[in-house]
Amino acid sequence: MEFIRKWVQIIAGFLMNGYWLFPWTRNIYQGPLKVICAPGLNCYSCPAATTSCPIGSLQHLLGGIRLALASGQYFFGWYVVGSLGLLGGFFGRMICGWACPFGFFQELLHKIPSPKFSIPRILRYLKFAILLFFVILLPLLAVDEFGIGNPWFCKYICPAGTIEAGIPLLLLQPSLRETIGFLFFSKLVILTAFTLWAIVASRPFCRVACPLGAFYALFSRVRAIKLRLDEHKCTNCNACHQVCPMEVKFNESPDDSECISCLACMNQACKFDAISLEFCGLPLTGRRDKRLTAADRIS
Amino acid sequence: MKEDTEPKQTSPPTLHKTPLYLGLFFMALLLTGIAIGEPNRVMEQAWQICLSCIGIG
Repeated sequence: MEFIRKWVQIIAGFLMNGYWLFPWTRNIYQGPLKVICAPGLNCYSCPAATTSCPIGSLQHLLGGIRLALASGQYFFGWYVVGSLGLLGGFFGRMICGWACPFGFFQELLHKIPSPKFSIPRILRYLKFAILLFFVILLPLLAVDEFGIGNPWFCKYICPAGTIEAGIPLLLLQPSLRETIGFLFFSKLVILTAFTLWAIVASRPFCRVACPLGAFYALFSRVRAIKLRLDEHKCTNCNACHQVCPMEVKFNESPDDSECISCLACMNQACKFDAISLEFCGLPLTGRRDKRLTAADRIS
Repeated sequence: MKEDTEPKQTSPPTLHKTPLYLGLFFMALLLTGIAIGEPNRVMEQAWQICLSCIGIG
């Protein structure tokens, strides 16, 4: 299953970044596919990007809400929130584990041999604050003299934008190099910090700072596809703790907002068939009705 | 001791309807957005390179 997940991540990454004419056009893709909101964090100013970044789109819509209203357009982000909500309601953070290019990038970084560290659980709440303030409130409320708000998350934080769009565009368009300043270097520092952090800790950006992950996390209890714990079969051996890339203690919190449904706990750890995949409460994976003996449970 | 050798009875799976209702709600939002032309605005934004968004300029 891990092999399949890797291929899904690769294919999703290529689908979201499938415009390979950019070295010749020296510009970004401007075709009709950009109407689609990417399920994962993928900068739409990336020269290869074929889809829109939902977080960037939402900030732009909220930032331009006054102008839109003045011209009689009720652009409140219905389309973007609807797209994200549909994905979140069905898959939740499974998207982070299966279809996010930046998540995949961090997974690859984490394969670099190095000492590995955990991330304090308290830091998980930061991404909800980033979603609330940098994606919603600041673009909506902190406006310039024309009534337009900035895309605060993209502008000041997003490392995916720096690596996918900022750096490639500087390489493609040398004239832009004269315009870079403190802002770009501060974003380079953020990108470097998360890159180094991803080597020594698993998926730090997803767990600490990703507003898209925070949005999908809101659906962790109610999403259609999720992992289910059979408490009768669980022996609390804690094997699931050891394999989880998000450091979820699945047997203690099966609806944890950090679970990206990578299925590592189900396929690589649990020997007792206590973890299964379900769709709206109905089992998706065939449960082997293995009768466990007391000796099995103890072992 | 019998409980140790035989698996306990688990309740039969039941259909959870909340995700379906959520899906309908967000589908309605999506269709509202489409009806008022929001996708065109999203596409216009995505066609332009927002330099200040990516820390340039």
